[in-house]
Amino acid sequence: MISFFLLFLNTDPALVLLPLDAEMKDIETFKKQMGLDRPILIQYGDFLQKVIFHGDFGQSLVAKVPALQLIAERLPATLQLTVAVMIIVNLVSIPAGIISAIRRYSLADNVATFVALVGQAMPLYWFGIMLMIIFGVWLRWLPISGSGSLAHLVLPAITLGSWILPINMRLVRSGMLDVLNQDYIRTARAKGLTEKKVLIKHAFRNAAVPLITILGMQIGLLLGGAVVTETVFAWPGMGRLAVDSIRGGDYPVVQAVVVIFAFFVVIGNLLADILAAVIDPRIRLE
Amino acid sequence: MRDTTAVVPPFDEWEPTSSARIFRRMWNLRLGVIGGLIILGLIFTAVLCPLLAPSDPYQQDIVNRLKPPLWMEKSLKGHLLGTDHLGRDLLSRIMYGTRVSLIIGVSAVLLEVLIGVGLGLVAGYYGGKLDSAVSFLVNCMMGFPFILLAMSLVAVLGPSLENVIVALGFTGWPVFTRVTRIETFRLREREFVLAATAQAFSTARILFRHILPNLLPSILVLGTVEVARAIIQESLLSFLGLGIKPPTPSWGTMLAEGRNYMLLQWWLAAFPGAAIFLSALGINLLGDALRDLIDPHLRKA
Repeated sequence: MISFFLLFLNTDPALVLLPLDAEMKDIETFKKQMGLDRPILIQYGDFLQKVIFHGDFGQSLVAKVPALQLIAERLPATLQLTVAVMIIVNLVSIPAGIISAIRRYSLADNVATFVALVGQAMPLYWFGIMLMIIFGVWLRWLPISGSGSLAHLVLPAITLGSWILPINMRLVRSGMLDVLNQDYIRTARAKGLTEKKVLIKHAFRNAAVPLITILGMQIGLLLGGAVVTETVFAWPGMGRLAVDSIRGGDYPVVQAVVVIFAFFVVIGNLLADILAAVIDPRIRLE
Repeated sequence: MRDTTAVVPPFDEWEPTSSARIFRRMWNLRLGVIGGLIILGLIFTAVLCPLLAPSDPYQQDIVNRLKPPLWMEKSLKGHLLGTDHLGRDLLSRIMYGTRVSLIIGVSAVLLEVLIGVGLGLVAGYYGGKLDSAVSFLVNCMMGFPFILLAMSLVAVLGPSLENVIVALGFTGWPVFTRVTRIETFRLREREFVLAATAQAFSTARILFRHILPNLLPSILVLGTVEVARAIIQESLLSFLGLGIKPPTPSWGTMLAEGRNYMLLQWWLAAFPGAAIFLSALGINLLGDALRDLIDPHLRKA
C-alpha cells in the first residue's frame, strides 16, 4: 500500500531545489552527492530498507534535519485537533442520529436532514474562513490562527468537525433505523423493558458495531480534512507540514508524512476492529 | 440526552404517518427541482458569461481596487460585488469561474467513470485473484487521505487545468469501482447474462451490451454527486496554490486571494466561496432527488 503511493511521490528533487539557471554539470554533481543518480527502483529499495530497519526517512532537503524529527514536532498539534474533533462529532452525531431515527420525519429529523444536506455541500476551508471572519474579526471572540490555548482550538475543531458530522449523523440514523425494525427489539419491548433501556442497551449497542468500523475507516478522511483545516488556521500540525513540503518539493518529508498517515489509518482500523469485538461478543467467537 | 429518551413514547407511536412520508418525498423532489434550476443557472452562466458579465474579468483598475459591494458605503457604480486587490470586477470573475469549475468537475468525473467503472466491471465479472487485487487497491485508496495524493500529483505534474483533471480523476475513481463491482457481481448470476453466455457472445459484448446498461442509473446518480465533490476539490487545490494558476478566474484561487484581505474586505473571500457552496448544494440536491426517482435502494449505501 505504502509503496504504491511513494512511487508517485518521487519527483525530481534536484530540479526543484537548485536555481533555475543551474548548469547541467552542477545538476549532475548535486545528484551524485544526494545519491539521486541511481535507478529509481534502487533508490526506492534503499529508502524502504532505511525506513523499516532504522526508522530513517532521510533528511529534510529544506530544513536539513531528519524528516522524522520535523514530524515529531508537529504530531502533538494534529493529535490534539483530531481527538478534539472526534469527541465533539460523536457527542453531537450520536444523540442527533438517535433522535432522528426514533422520531422519523419529525421536525427534529427534518432539521437534521437539512443540516446534513447543507453540511455536505459546504467547502471546509470556506466554512473555516467564514468562521474566522465572523467570530475572529467581527465579534473578536476567538483568535483566528495559531495554537496554544483552548480558545485557539475552537474554530479549527468546529471547521474540521463540520467535515464529518453530516456523514456520521446520517450513519447513526440509518444504523438505528435498521436495528429498530429487528425482532429482538420487539421482544425487548414485549418483556416490558423501559423504552430507555430498549433504545440504549438493545438498539444502540447493536447499531454501534458497524458505526465503530466506519469511524475507524474515517481516520483517513479526518486526516485529509486536517490537512486543509491546519492550512487555513495556520495550525502547526502535520497537515500543514505536508502542504508546505509538497509545495517546496521537500520529498523526504512528504514521504515521511505519507507513511505516518498510512500508519495512523492502519492503527485506526485495527483499534476499531478490537473495539467492535469488545462490544459484540459474536465477533470474538468467530 | 438522557431526559429526552426517558420521555420518548414507545417507538410504534412514532411510526411516521403516511402523510409525513409523502411530505418528505414531495419535499425531496421539490429540492431536486431547485437543485436542477441552480445547475441550469450555472451552465447558462458558464456558456453565456461573455454576454452576461458586466466587465472583463482580467481588466485591472488599480486606482479602484478593493471596492466594497454596491450596497455598502464607498462602493463604485458598475461593480455589484465590488472589486478585488487588482481592481478587477468580482462578479465578472465569479461568473467566469463557473467555466473552470464545470469543465473540471465534469471532465474529472468522466475520467473517474472511465477508470472506476472499467475496473469494477472486470473485477466483478471475473472475480477471483483479479477481484482481490482490485479490491485491495480500492480499499487502500479509500482509506488514505485522498487530498495528499491529489496534491502530490499536481505538484509533480505542475499546476494546470489538465493536470488538475488528471489528479482528481486518478484519485477519485474508487467509489465507482466499488459500486460497479458489487452490481456486476450480482448481475453476473442473472438469467439474461447466463443466456448471453450460453449463446457464446464475447465477454466484451456481455459486459458492454448486457451488464453496463443495467448499471447506468447507479453510475448516473453517483456521477452527479461526484461532480459536486470534484468542484469542491478543484477549488481546494487551487486554494492551496496547486490548481488553476492566476490570473485565470477560479473560485478556489479567488478564495485564497480573498483570504489575505479577510480582516477588512470580507466579501473577497465570502462570495467566491458562496459560489462553490451553492453549486455543490445544487448538484447534491439534484443527485438526491435522482436517486429517489431512479434508484431508491442506493439510499442505503
